[in-house]
Amino acid sequence: MEATPELIVIGGSWGGIQASLSILKGLPANYKIPIVLVLHRLRSMEGELQHIYEKKLALKVEEIEEKEEIKACHVYLAPANYHVLIEKDRTFSLDVSELENYSRPSIDVTFTSAVEVFDENMIGILLSGANKDGSSGLQAIRNAGGITIIQDPEEAEVSTMPLSALELVPDCKIMKLERIQEFLNSLA
Amino acid sequence: MKVEKEEFFEQEVEALIEDIYSQYGYDFSGYARASVYRRVKRFLNNKNVSTVAELKNKVLDDSYYFESFLQEITVNVTEMFRDPSFFQSLRNNVLPMLSTYPFIKIWDAGCSTGEELFSLAILLQEEGLLDRTKIYATDINQKVLKQAKEGIFPTSNIAAYTSGYYASGGKKEFSSYYLSNYGNMKFDSSLIKNVVFYPHNLATDSSFNEFHLVLCRNVLIYFNRELQEKVFKLFDDSLVELGYLALGKKETLAMSQISRNYNFVDKNNRIYRKAS
Repeated sequence: MEATPELIVIGGSWGGIQASLSILKGLPANYKIPIVLVLHRLRSMEGELQHIYEKKLALKVEEIEEKEEIKACHVYLAPANYHVLIEKDRTFSLDVSELENYSRPSIDVTFTSAVEVFDENMIGILLSGANKDGSSGLQAIRNAGGITIIQDPEEAEVSTMPLSALELVPDCKIMKLERIQEFLNSLA
Repeated sequence: MKVEKEEFFEQEVEALIEDIYSQYGYDFSGYARASVYRRVKRFLNNKNVSTVAELKNKVLDDSYYFESFLQEITVNVTEMFRDPSFFQSLRNNVLPMLSTYPFIKIWDAGCSTGEELFSLAILLQEEGLLDRTKIYATDINQKVLKQAKEGIFPTSNIAAYTSGYYASGGKKEFSSYYLSNYGNMKFDSSLIKNVVFYPHNLATDSSFNEFHLVLCRNVLIYFNRELQEKVFKLFDDSLVELGYLALGKKETLAMSQISRNYNFVDKNNRIYRKAS
């Protein structure tokens, strides 16, 4: 039996908000494993996203503040226009450096940084999106021995993101949203 | 599984940081590590350098090479009117109070290539304060200070800057502030006629004047808590009573000792005012 993962990171772009909501709304308020959500979004959506998630989720939802400690039973949203990194002491760092894959926040940046701290004890999930961001981050998780999942490209509103990940990580798990939710529920 | 390789990399970077301090006097020991490691990896990648050992030789042998390394490690990405609501708040909540002083002193700490500086200068001009304001624009990096002085920015961001300008309450035609040519926009140099540029290292240098407003946005995110606290103390020493402190949207005074002496002017935009 493998150890319980200590972190779940989820990335998505076009269609990613809906997809992530339908997974996360099925998790109970005492779901232990912290979840970090990196979504590409319009800058004008600043702040509003948090309200949308708060309304629909049982879990506590927070937009990430720099130096904040990663705690159980929380969903953390990457803030608009910042990259999110994770420090060794399991706190968040923010960064306004160059766009990666035309994006800030970039999914690759957070996934790659998380691997350096959580090693194989984490799960990476890539959802619907019209961008290749996240693929190499997912590969880094895979190479460290973590669990990698993509939303079934057939189900994804835009399949570019999961398909691009599939190319780099051919042995990742391919699941529909409902199945991802069941899987996460089976872990904690 | 990857851990050993990563640990080795990190140890090498730590040694490099020590050597840079003893040779050049730049102290990165208080920088947040996740970002430093990422910047070093990025630099290695871009310059086709395969190991930190090789990088170290080059950085210590060649001060020009060190300059380019410094530029990469200290993030210099910035934009005009980043967070228009912040600039609007500055215009509505802070400048009217500053206008009661006969002479205004502002410190733009970590001004980088100057996009924020010019945004600020435009605001001051539109509120009729520019002529009696002196701005001290500082950065650790001399190269970006030179760029800031020139006030030339690529036109690729023109659409975002223009909408940022209007969203922040801009009162004129944004295009009246610059000439565009060959893919660049050159800003009116009269905007910075009262600006003094000079190198200042927040990690090691001390207070050099007293200000009515200190702007330091998205610089402290690269520092660890200890260094942040040191810099907050420095800002506190550099602010007059009732002076204003403006941080980045995701930066906070909350953890700092000095916070009890500061009140929010605008919580959402992280603008604080020192108590009297």
